[in-house]
Amino acid sequence: MNTIAKNLLRFFVLIFIQIAILNNIQISGFVNPYIYVLFILLLPFEIPGWLLLILSFLLGISIDIFTNTLGMHASASVFAAFLRPYVLNYFSTRDGYEVGTSPGISDYGFTWFLKYALIIIVAHHSFLFFIEVFSFSNISETLLRIIFSSFFSLIIIVISQFLVFKNRTNSL
Amino acid sequence: MKNLLHFIVRFHFTILFIVIEVFSLLLLVNYNNYQKTQFLNSSNFISGGIYEKIAAVTDYLSLSTSNEELNRENTRLNNLLAASFKMSVDSSYLYNDTLYQQQYIYRTAKIINNSVNKQLNYITLDKGEVQGIKPEMAVVTEKGVVGVVKSVSRNFSTVISLLNNRLRISAKIKKNNYFGSLSWDGKDYRRARLYEIPFHVPIQPGDTILTSGYSSIFPEGLLLGTVDEVQPSSGSNFHQIVVLLSNDFKSLSYVKVVGDLLKKEKLELEKGEEQ
Repeated sequence: MNTIAKNLLRFFVLIFIQIAILNNIQISGFVNPYIYVLFILLLPFEIPGWLLLILSFLLGISIDIFTNTLGMHASASVFAAFLRPYVLNYFSTRDGYEVGTSPGISDYGFTWFLKYALIIIVAHHSFLFFIEVFSFSNISETLLRIIFSSFFSLIIIVISQFLVFKNRTNSL
Repeated sequence: MKNLLHFIVRFHFTILFIVIEVFSLLLLVNYNNYQKTQFLNSSNFISGGIYEKIAAVTDYLSLSTSNEELNRENTRLNNLLAASFKMSVDSSYLYNDTLYQQQYIYRTAKIINNSVNKQLNYITLDKGEVQGIKPEMAVVTEKGVVGVVKSVSRNFSTVISLLNNRLRISAKIKKNNYFGSLSWDGKDYRRARLYEIPFHVPIQPGDTILTSGYSSIFPEGLLLGTVDEVQPSSGSNFHQIVVLLSNDFKSLSYVKVVGDLLKKEKLELEKGEEQ
């Protein structure tokens, strides 16, 4: 599968998982994992900046259409996408990133991915939950919501990486 | 000019980010004008259709509870049927059928998407314009108020859930008819708050809260919940009242949409008074 088809498939699969399964997990108001961020995380290194922003906007707005929150997920996704090049730059190894690799566990290892994903997810969730309440009152509750949700998003995203990682080695 | 172009090319990433971000936030802020963005919500053809498919699967999980609820409702309605009454007084009586005019009309609808964990919760129903549902109709169950229809497409409609910061419902205390407004504070999906009840009004935990009927959306006297707790006021002239909602929003499956047949007349009259 080439890169475009793979990312396109990931786009739709993640939106479907988000709206069909994760949006229905209502343990409490504090645990709302949003794993669609994985799409932004796994886009190839060589992607031009404008395309990264536009794809993230499309991703966010698609989720928004299903949750009746037009603009909320879109703005959070675009914010996460904006941070991505800087975070990648910060974590880059001495030789930089190799051409043809993707920013996942399979190519750069567990610790690297965990750090990278954690920062993007926390940034995304913080933006999202503050936009959602649209105020700084009850800040402790919003912070708890960010912490718990980020934690669960990160776990789900890392586990999904291991599942997909296995498949990839088999198919290669 | 050359410098400007150079600047744009150099910082195109940041500039594009700011443009898209501002656009998203504008969308978010303007979302209340649902006419503008009516197409982009969960009642449009694609997302409504997908939600219906998902609901078709997940409905099996709540089949037994919803059956039980429907059974109970059936029994209650059976008890109201004319056939279940025996004429006990053998004398003639007058039945005046022009004395009453139907004001409210009820339609059942199935919930195909619902949430309780967001700050702004919305519900999607499987009925729309074709089935006679219009924006601003009330959505209720036999247990109490659920929300207000926000927008409709041909076959689906979106409902602002009572669990949505943006919805305020005119409510009254049953025992003394004082009225205030009820809205959700975004914390617990079982509890909402009743505002604007003055300090001198006696109120105890357990008091029933009903809709007031002053708005043109809800019929008067629908159950909203019971007073759970009256917190000590912090210097204001109003009570801080926590209301335990009568509906469990996590277990909703079928709802009734209430249309007010006399709404237009009432609104026209009130509009005339204001001018």
